[in-house]
Amino acid sequence: MRVRFSGLFSICLFSGLVALSGCGGGEAQVDASKVAGSITVDGSSTVFPITEAMAEEFRREQPDVKVTVGVSGTGGGFKKFGRGEIDICDASRPIKDSELQMARQNNVGFIELPVAYDGIAILVNPRNTWCQSITVQELKRLWEPSAQNKVTRWNQVRPDWPDREIHLFGPGVDSGTYDYFTGAIVGKEGASRGDFTSSEDDNVLVQGIAADELALGFFGYAYYQENKDRLRAVPVDDGKPDNGNGPITPSVDTVKSATYQPLSRPIFIYVRSQALDRPELSLFVDFYLKNAPALVGQVGYIPLPDEAYQLAQGRVERKVTGSVFAGGSQVGVSVQDLLRKESGAAE
Amino acid sequence: MRLLPKSFKANKRERGIELFLLFCASVSILTTLGIVAVLLFETVDFFREVSIVSFFTDTEWTPLFAQKRFGIWPLLIGTILISGIAMLVALPAGLLSSLYLSEYAPDRVRRVVKPVLEILAGIPTVVYGYFALLFVTPLLQKFLPGLSGFNALSPGIVMGIMILPLVSSLSEDAMQAVPRSLREGAYALGSTNLQVSFRIVIPAAFSGITASFILAVSRAIGETMIVAIAAGQQPRLTANPLVPIETMTAYIVQVSMGDTPVGTLEYKTIFVVGMMLFLSTLVLNVLSQRLRARFREVYR
Repeated sequence: MRVRFSGLFSICLFSGLVALSGCGGGEAQVDASKVAGSITVDGSSTVFPITEAMAEEFRREQPDVKVTVGVSGTGGGFKKFGRGEIDICDASRPIKDSELQMARQNNVGFIELPVAYDGIAILVNPRNTWCQSITVQELKRLWEPSAQNKVTRWNQVRPDWPDREIHLFGPGVDSGTYDYFTGAIVGKEGASRGDFTSSEDDNVLVQGIAADELALGFFGYAYYQENKDRLRAVPVDDGKPDNGNGPITPSVDTVKSATYQPLSRPIFIYVRSQALDRPELSLFVDFYLKNAPALVGQVGYIPLPDEAYQLAQGRVERKVTGSVFAGGSQVGVSVQDLLRKESGAAE
Repeated sequence: MRLLPKSFKANKRERGIELFLLFCASVSILTTLGIVAVLLFETVDFFREVSIVSFFTDTEWTPLFAQKRFGIWPLLIGTILISGIAMLVALPAGLLSSLYLSEYAPDRVRRVVKPVLEILAGIPTVVYGYFALLFVTPLLQKFLPGLSGFNALSPGIVMGIMILPLVSSLSEDAMQAVPRSLREGAYALGSTNLQVSFRIVIPAAFSGITASFILAVSRAIGETMIVAIAAGQQPRLTANPLVPIETMTAYIVQVSMGDTPVGTLEYKTIFVVGMMLFLSTLVLNVLSQRLRARFREVYR
């Protein structure tokens, strides 16, 4: 797990404050709206950039609150969340039944808050000239478990592609992106071949694909946005003309309109409801939802409609616990579907 | 006789110090025993669920995925491949530089070059890792267009550079231990500097040099950061140094980066792999110690 402290700056500031109040003899004013404490977040590497940006902005308002954001994948995050070790779990898929059971056993209540929309991009090296589009069928043939050690060359995926080795890159098995991808493409969550370079760190995948002409990989659209000049996104054709004909390139518009299917999905944060009594956490969650419309776009994700954030805010205020997604991720949830589910749960 | 009580007192203090020193020495021994015990315990547990035959005969290693296969060979071959490349760099370069330092270099040069060479060993391995990934790999790709971004070649070469001081320093010590009389005898018979180096010094210091090689191999096998960063994380059974592979150490890092619950089979795999690592370095270290002991006996 990697932990990034957004607290370094706040530590400096804090020690400065201590020094001030120490010699000032009560001159330093205590602002009533300022709180101190720490918040621990862990989970998806896909959601990490959003939460990290939020933590950085939040620090300006509340310099004494230390927010640590870890990355151990959605699965890893939920395991810690279910044991009550962390306050917020970043999740790139809804909570699974098994994780729900674990949280219930340990008396961990949670509030599920969708924070953005993300597409999973299929990526190749810019020097790759042949792979101009790919179908869901071809992706399945390439990634399903039975492909292991059998489908190893480009021309086995499509006969007119070159007879050269294919090097696959993907997120690790603790990642929600991996779960969603296997669910949407292979048809069964967690079922994929095992002979690919897998890492919980998306930057490793970026580096791997950017330096390898024969590479093909997948990860969240936002990481592609950040590395547009080093990678090329391949348009995906799901073979269903009613949501956009032919291969669709991932973009803000195609993800939002749900034409980039089946690889668009909402991403979440899960907040431990018992911990919301702590003022620093409720302030942070409030801050998160208020600033999401502006910040989510800045870090390369697709913001939800304002209405969705308002609905989420309402759920926090009324402490509506539980998940609207019974039993893990569902493929092809559009913004409208999400809103419908959300408002249903709010009633 | 008047001194007796005093010396008795001193004896008591002496005894106390002795016990304290014994305690200090046993800390490392007990730690080692503890590690071995934990490794053994988890390994035995692992082999209750996975047959030891398939562990050594299966050619695929995919314990984290849907189709679980537990063949150690891809990780073992990956480790051997990278260590092999590292040794191809470190052996000749290390041997020749130690030969130069021991037989040719003027004292002044030696006193500067040797510490500088040893600084290489002090560079953090994570720095070497990114050096391999972001500098050596792109450089090699200019000559080898088929080279993947993650591969065995570049971390192998960089690892060779890293263990070079180990080889050169220990080999040089062994060469220095060769008695002057042997060299002088050869010179008296009209040998050139080169002949003395290759026909007298190297054979005479052979066991010491071999010991340093073996120690370097065991260092290469245990090296973690360089391969975790630059070699890729894809266990595959191949001798091709141009494609991504995974070593035993990199696998342990990979599993530890996620969150694997205690007690699951996936969790136990890292102990089994750790056991394999431990055994291979143990064998090599014992071998190296034996050789060094032999080389000491000859010239004392």
